Amino acid sequence: MSSNATATVVRTGAGSRFVIYTLLALFCLYYLLPLYVMVVNSLKPLSEIQAGGMMALPDVWTLAPWKSAWSTAQIGVEATGLRPFFWNSIVMVVPAVAISTVLGALNGYVLTKWRFRGDTIIFGLLLFGCFIPFQMVLIPMARMLGLVGLAGTVPGLVFVHLVYGIGFSTLYFRNYYQQFPTELVRAAMIDGAGFFTIFRRIMLPSSGPIAVVCVIWQFTNIWNDFLFGASFSDFDSQPMTVALNNLVQSSTGVKEYNVHFAGAIMAALPTLLVYIVAGRYFVRGLMAGSVKG
Amino acid sequence: MAQVARNRRGGNDWLREALPKLVLSPSLAMVLIFVYGFIIFTFYLSFTDSRILPSFDLVGWENYSKLFRIRAWDTAITNLLIFGSLYIVICCALGLALAILLDQKIRAEGFIRTIYLYPMALSFIVTGTAWKWFLDPGIGLQAVIRSWGWESFTFDWIKDGDMAIYTIVIAAVWQTSGFVMAMFLAGLRGIDNEVLKAAQIDGASNFALYRRIVIPQLRPAFMSAFVVLAHMAIKSYDLVIALTGGGPGTSTEVPATFMYSYTFTRNQMGIGAASATIMLMAIAAIMVPYIYSELREKS
Amino acid sequence: MHKYFGGKTALAAAFLATAGMAQAADVEVLHWWTSGGEASALNVLKDDLSGQDIGWQDMPVAGGGGTQAMTVLRARVTSGNPPTAVQMLGFDITDWAKEGALANLNDIAEEGGWNDVVPAALQKFSTYDGQWVAAPVNVHSTNWVWANKAIMDELGLEEPQTWNEFVAALQAAKDAGYVALAHGGQAWQEATFFDGVVLAVGGPEFYQASMIDLDAEALGSDQMKEVFDRMATLRSFVDDNFSGRDWNLATAMVINKEAAFQLMGDWAKGEFLNAGKVPGEDFLCFRFPGSQDQVTFNSDQFAMFSQGEGVSDEQAALANAIMSPEFQIAFNKVKGSVPARTDLDASELDACGQRAYEDFKAADASGNLLGSMGHGHANPASVKNAMYDVITAHFNGEFDSATAVEELVTAVDISK
Repeated sequence: MSSNATATVVRTGAGSRFVIYTLLALFCLYYLLPLYVMVVNSLKPLSEIQAGGMMALPDVWTLAPWKSAWSTAQIGVEATGLRPFFWNSIVMVVPAVAISTVLGALNGYVLTKWRFRGDTIIFGLLLFGCFIPFQMVLIPMARMLGLVGLAGTVPGLVFVHLVYGIGFSTLYFRNYYQQFPTELVRAAMIDGAGFFTIFRRIMLPSSGPIAVVCVIWQFTNIWNDFLFGASFSDFDSQPMTVALNNLVQSSTGVKEYNVHFAGAIMAALPTLLVYIVAGRYFVRGLMAGSVKG
Repeated sequence: MAQVARNRRGGNDWLREALPKLVLSPSLAMVLIFVYGFIIFTFYLSFTDSRILPSFDLVGWENYSKLFRIRAWDTAITNLLIFGSLYIVICCALGLALAILLDQKIRAEGFIRTIYLYPMALSFIVTGTAWKWFLDPGIGLQAVIRSWGWESFTFDWIKDGDMAIYTIVIAAVWQTSGFVMAMFLAGLRGIDNEVLKAAQIDGASNFALYRRIVIPQLRPAFMSAFVVLAHMAIKSYDLVIALTGGGPGTSTEVPATFMYSYTFTRNQMGIGAASATIMLMAIAAIMVPYIYSELREKS
Repeated sequence: MHKYFGGKTALAAAFLATAGMAQAADVEVLHWWTSGGEASALNVLKDDLSGQDIGWQDMPVAGGGGTQAMTVLRARVTSGNPPTAVQMLGFDITDWAKEGALANLNDIAEEGGWNDVVPAALQKFSTYDGQWVAAPVNVHSTNWVWANKAIMDELGLEEPQTWNEFVAALQAAKDAGYVALAHGGQAWQEATFFDGVVLAVGGPEFYQASMIDLDAEALGSDQMKEVFDRMATLRSFVDDNFSGRDWNLATAMVINKEAAFQLMGDWAKGEFLNAGKVPGEDFLCFRFPGSQDQVTFNSDQFAMFSQGEGVSDEQAALANAIMSPEFQIAFNKVKGSVPARTDLDASELDACGQRAYEDFKAADASGNLLGSMGHGHANPASVKNAMYDVITAHFNGEFDSATAVEELVTAVDISK
């Protein structure tokens, strides 16, 4: 454990450690309970669900709902499952997340380390922009996209997500960089390092934890967005959520809950993967030496 | 600091001076057009007779006077106040507590962190169904506990117009508190250990260490958390639709569902715009002083 | 001359001005039919078109009985990228026609003789200002009662003919320990009750005056108070656990012999059939007692968005395919609804379907075919939802019948 020099130096005794682990485990239960309902029901035949006992383990275990959700469930006229829509989502999410995270980091860097008159007001403006209700954005945004010829295209969709994600990514980085010792930046300037050199050499290497937070936020929001995805895509670029919604919300048909749950878990897998992969960078002190001012 | 750099380098003065502003300008331009431009547009629409599509025919204050005659709007505002305050307070408290616990050199930290975070990954389109079942007294928690022999156990909030809004708080906290935990954890990991070690040598207790040194340093993280949570509270739409659909009756209507319904379902875009305008003004009344005081203190 | 620039307002015209850039030789279809049965029915249409070398670009957006799709449609039209054809309901068609966005189908209608085979009550929505703008696909009717036959036999119940008989049947089921009325507490489901109750209380004239003409006197009348009183009576036969339940779970209660009756549109039949139940043997379907002669309907239609030069060849082909007798029968067989034209041989439909088709034709002939309020065919979306608010608040006990009548008058007034 001592090799893992990541956590706080605050020491705790054996008794309180038992309490801590118990608490952490209890909360694991709270967070896992709905997932249990979903997983259990995604492994049952539909008849078992209809007969009741939604909390019970399956009598007959089956993977059929998963196969159906992936490749044979009815999404529209074609029974394609969710498979073809994964790629549409990935093409949209990856650039949108990458660009908004980089922009957010640069903005946060400027707003904390290269301050100028009026920078606080600009940050305030970016921040308040987070609160605009998307319902009101839809129609004027559609018009704007139409005017510049981006209606129904993937770049258009990426652009929309970028615009409404920038406030948050700036917020995360600005508030994180605020704790970062300004003396280091100043010393580098005196040494003659330029704007981007300082950003790359000094700021970026210690941005791990906040970059994780930002990527998780942006990835989750953009991946799970339905309103923009449905409104600004075309028949050949509909994202995953629209397909999942079509699977789940069919109006007057039979509701195949087991397939719905399997589809929902499946649709969340890329996000989960991001959490796990990005989580590695949650370690403090990648550049601990240089941070200590 | 820019002064120092310029003295050393001499040439390229203008570029060096302007570079930070240039970097910031695309974001600013986007926000000015696509946020503030659209806010002005919405404000304008709230005075028109827009129905299925925007219209330019002005009708004065009619949309506002209609809005305040609609019962569901009162309900929506009250619900937002109850839901928003409980949600923000509980998420912050729980998120901070979990972050502190998880920052104690925990074995399998990555695993536990992922469990706390995963609810964020799931779209409420379907998670809502799982919650709905779980909260349903006929098949969910109540039925299970009764089947274990505790016959009088009752948990039917979701079917009770006065309590249903609290079930939305439970599900919302479940979804985002893990993310708030991550934000605080990032903040904790940004704190300089030297200060803590020094205080420890001076004999400070763990509790004092957190109260006096750690938590004050988390102020920027608190601000991020507050903004994120306030935003989620105001925009929570999927959650309410999936869990209660605004019911029983209209008892869990919130402004986001109200706005959507008037703008799109009911083809009364003018009233939808009026409700959005009022929401934005209310948000401004709360957020602007808070943001102002937070930013002022630091500069 | 198209009405693009003669639309309601200058801005609306500007918003619509760039419409009409869809690819030739393909049709892009926005719809919300994503369940297995519905989609396989649409495939009949798709295959028909591909036989004529016309490609089908699928744009399904499910949710909220089409409201999601309508939101998406607004964004698509505003951005100058409208789909070729769009599934629509009732007053939405009229609203879009008013904006001048829909293509004129008169030539095709003339050729196909639509005027003679489509009932006038449907034409009210398929045409605007004397022009055909949409092709109707089906007719659902909403004033049905679904019953578990085993429970009825066990309690010795006959098909109730009047309100009082129905209440007696419900009481008998309740006394025997069953849930008398399976119901899901969602506004539209309660509004579905309301359709039937209004008809049963005041007959078609009262329905016409209050629900369609929105006559303030009818809305505030004593008859309306009686309607709300009966809604409260129905409420007393619903189990405690009803709120938020999906309609199909309520249907499952009837299927599983937990509940005796359900009031729901004809799409409920699919759930029974899917569970392997046989109409007439395991379950019964009959009109809401007191509204035997009337049919409250809703009808899915496909509207064609104007492509600049009037109707394109692809749109014409699609419209023709929709109105063809083969498609009307094939589609409605799986959908549980009845064809939108009155001149077809219904022998391929099942027992409930044939009965519904006869009812539909008879109601059309006698002027008893009425647009359903609960499903957006009696009054525009704003009014419908205002009525939902009052009906559902009253049903959930937020106020008594007298207050509900007052609220109804105010709500309709605000939303008109």
